[in-house]
Order: sequence, then C-alpha cells, then structure tokens
Amino acid sequence: MLSVDVTHRIGDFSLDCRFCSDERVTGLFGPSGAGKSTLLRIMAGLIRPERGRVEIAGRCVFDSANAIHVPAHRRRIGYVFQQARLFTHMNARHNLRYGAWFARGKLDAARFDQVVDMLDIGPLLDRRVAGLSGGEQQRIAIGRALLSNPAMLLLDEPLASLDAARKEEVLPYVERLSVETQLPIVFVSHQLDELLRLANRQVVAVRDGRVAYSGPTAEFLARPDLLGADQARDAGALLRVRVRAHQPADGLSELDCGGQSLFVPRVDQAPGRAVTVHVRARDVMLARERPQAISALNILSGTVESLAADGDYAVNVLIDVGDQRLEARVTRRSAQHLGLAAGQPIHAVIKSLALAEQAWERLGGL
Amino acid sequence: MLSSAQAEVLSLSLWVATTAVLASLLPALAVAWFLARSRWRGKMLVDALVHLPLVLPPVVTGYLLLVGLGRNSLVGSWLAETFGLVFAFQWTGAALAGAIMGFPLLVRPIRLSLEAIDTRVEAAAATLGASPVWVVLTVTVPLALPGVIAGMVLAFARALGEFGATITFASNIPGETRTLPIAIYTFIQVPGGENEALQLILISIAVSLSALIVSELIARRVKRLQAPL
Repeated sequence: MLSVDVTHRIGDFSLDCRFCSDERVTGLFGPSGAGKSTLLRIMAGLIRPERGRVEIAGRCVFDSANAIHVPAHRRRIGYVFQQARLFTHMNARHNLRYGAWFARGKLDAARFDQVVDMLDIGPLLDRRVAGLSGGEQQRIAIGRALLSNPAMLLLDEPLASLDAARKEEVLPYVERLSVETQLPIVFVSHQLDELLRLANRQVVAVRDGRVAYSGPTAEFLARPDLLGADQARDAGALLRVRVRAHQPADGLSELDCGGQSLFVPRVDQAPGRAVTVHVRARDVMLARERPQAISALNILSGTVESLAADGDYAVNVLIDVGDQRLEARVTRRSAQHLGLAAGQPIHAVIKSLALAEQAWERLGGL
Repeated sequence: MLSSAQAEVLSLSLWVATTAVLASLLPALAVAWFLARSRWRGKMLVDALVHLPLVLPPVVTGYLLLVGLGRNSLVGSWLAETFGLVFAFQWTGAALAGAIMGFPLLVRPIRLSLEAIDTRVEAAAATLGASPVWVVLTVTVPLALPGVIAGMVLAFARALGEFGATITFASNIPGETRTLPIAIYTFIQVPGGENEALQLILISIAVSLSALIVSELIARRVKRLQAPL
C-alpha cells in the first residue's frame, strides 16, 4: 500500500529511510527534527529526494532510477499540516471546495454534506476563515484535504499547534477520520498517546533521519529504547479486546480479554465492538497467588513468558494472558522475591484507574 | 465648467497615465516576483536598476530615453520600422516616460505583498491539485492584490504628475504630449496665464484626491474579504 525508500540531504541533515506498510493507518513516530515532516513532504511531492522510490496506494510517484517524479498537484495526496494553512482570501466553503475544483468537479453535494457533518463545520461554512479558532481552522483544513478526492491522507501532527483544550476538540474528528473513511492514512506524531489512539497497528519510528523501527505497534510499545526518554514510561502492551457490557451504575465498561474480564472507565462503544487498550508496563503489578480483598478490579491470570533485565533495578516481564501478551515492569528485587521464572503461572493486577486516561481505539471495519 | 482646452489636457493626462500603468503592470509583476522570490545574488543589481528613476534627475531619464529611443537611435528606428512604434514627441513617449518614472513605485508594494505571502499556503494549494500556474492565479495573485492596487495608484499618480522626463523626451505639444503639469508650467510662463494655471491646478488636485480615495475604498474592500491571520 505504501512503500518508501529514499535518500535525501538538506544542509547538515541527512535522511535515509526505507519502510513499507500494508496497514490502512500507519503511524510515523519520532522526536522533533527526526525527519518525519521531511518524509511526508517527499511523499507529497513537495520535496524531490536525491535518490529512491516512493509508491503510494500502489502507484509509483517517484523513482530516481527511472526518472519518474509525479508533481505534487498530480499525486492526489490529502495533506493536513501542523498549521491549517487555509486560504485567507476565501471563506470556509470555498476553502473546502478548492481541491474538488481541480479534481474536475467530482464533488457531489452528498459527499460535501457528509464531510461537513462528520467534522461538524456546517455553521462555519460562510464565515471568513481568519475569524475561526485554531481548532475550527484545523477541522476546515481536514475537510479541505478530504474533499480533494485524495488517494491517501497525510496528517502531519495536525494537533501540534493547538492548546490542550483545542486538541481535545479536534482529536475525536481525526479519530472519526480513520474509522469513517476508507482512505490509507499516514499519521505523524511525537506524542505516544495520540499515536496509539490513531495508529494502533503499524508504526514507523524515525530517529536522526533513519528508520529505527518499522512494524506492528504492539511490538513497538514493548521497546522502551525506541520510545525516547520522556515516553519510555509509557512502554507497555496493546491488548485487543471486545466490549462485553457497560455498567452504568459504576461508570465502567467490562471488556472481554480472551475470556477474562477487564474493567475500565466507560468506553464509548457498543457491546461486541473491538477496542484496543494500552496497558503501561509500570502500571502492572504481579502476584504469585490470586490476591483477595484488593481494590484493583482487574486480575488477569497468565503465565510468565520471559524476563529481561532493564537498567540497574528493573525487570521487564512478558506475560501470556490467553492469546495476548501483557508486559509488566517490576523491580529486580520483586522479581527475585517472587522467584519469577519462565513458564510460571502468574496473576497480573491492574487498577482500572490506571487505564483511565488511556486511549481507546475503535478498529475500523470490525 | 471645463473649457474644451482644459478638457483636452485632462483627458490626455488621464489617458497617458492610465496607459503608462496598464502597460507596465505585467513587467512590474514579473520584476516584483523575481525580486521577492529569486535567490540569485545579482538581484541587488536589478533592484538598484529598477529604483534608479526614483533617484535620478527626471531630466536625465528623459534625455537617456531620447538618446536611446529617439527616431535616429538604433532601437528607436528599429521599433519604428518593425512595429510602427514611435515614442519621441508622441503621446506614447509621454506614457513611456510616465511608466518608467512610476515603475519603482509600482514594483515596490507588489514585491512587499509577495514577500508577505506564506509560501507554505502555496504548497498546500499544490497538494490540493493546483498546478503551479493555478497556484499563482488562485492563491498568490489574490493574496498580493492589496499591494498591486497600492502600486497601481502610486504609479498612476506619479505618471500623472510626471514633468521632467516627459518634457525632455516627448516635448510640449498641445493635444499630443501637453499633460496637466506641462500645461500648468506653460500657462505660468505666459503673462496673464495665472488664472488658467490655477484652474488646472485645482483640477489636478481633484483628480489626485479622487484617485487616493478610490484606491483606499478598494483596499478596504479587499482587506475585508481577506483579513490576514
């Protein structure tokens, strides 16, 4: 679906990246200055790399060996930038219609209304864009990209320029984007929580212009070394579970994790729907025997799969719970005290509240 | 209210100034674009050349035009033979002098407004399917419009008031090159012509003032349509 193999140099910065992804949503993760935006600009045709090949939605748009370089305006890329970059000399409606005009009038009214509804921008249509808030502008920018009839969407940290409140306002729309459109999406972020919410299957981690990791998100999350110092705390596992039932009296939802129950603060999904839950390794406690009279609601039984020392005092423990893997990060002292060893039955204890501010991801099409 | 002689002077002046602005608009856009976007080091030289008429004594500009484009000069005779285009001692010469004197005033605001445009917005237009030409037509030019209008008004006013280069290059021929300032000058030179001169002076004040007001109204309208972020 997406395959990139490029070399490029800008001043002192050199980019040499190779990855491919067959998932519909691909996360591009890395610290600022790692080269994420440069990669997107190369995909969009705004930068012509020195060497390489780029294939988007099965179509080769750049190939230095065969002198192929499809210009940006013929690539059909819906690009949402960090700043909205709206046309200030047009109102919101004309911004939205701009791309369709070049797609030879392929914009039908129903599609327009559908996008306007999805982004809740109906009341903004006849306003001047300069008068809109940052969040509103970014929603118009998303709509503008969607309505240009793109073959792929590139979202370059669309929330980065917004304050926390605006971010919460826009994030749900970006999430709907990944579920309600069937477009391939590349989502760029340096924030792990955003990334997990939107790209929970496939991640490409970029560091210093090189691909440090490319593969399933779940495996990526178990690699604190890739996450960077400030986000290594978020290392852990992604559990794929289903909503079993809601318990309105408690404000909780019960999830089905391979037959075992997982209670979390209410998830906004119908019973039977699949969601993924990010469980941080440092939030998981281990017990040899099933604890009694404990406040934590979630006790998952499993077996220790492997142990790996991490730093001076910590041990990362991989636990097999049914068909899934959980990761726990405990002190070496605790591991020795419990006599942890591979193959041993174990109980993983997780507070529901530790899952409170986690990201819930709806899986499109499930 | 206007005598036929005054009407003739006024309409000739307006015609000459309008021609000067419209004819120099496209070259000015091109030069402004080059000055705003080019990274070529030699552009300072081009910049200086464009601004030269602003600092040179107008008589010098007029004389250079006469030498360069006069009927007996190489370029002048070639233009006359090939296109039938004669500048010296014709209204076209007055328009050319006005255009050259107004050129720096036309280029400068356009250049400034082009430099103020965020090129990232143009990149966004490209990803939405706009080819480079369409990006210019639908994004760059509309965003630069206030600068273009400001430049046109300044250049128009400059062409309307042009005296030194015009009288040197195109002379003082009634009905052909005798524009407002030259007519005023002529009347002042004649004993008892003060009254005629005063009337023309009042006319030229009225014309200049209305040009300024109209441009301000247009600029406000444009600004309302596209308030910057």
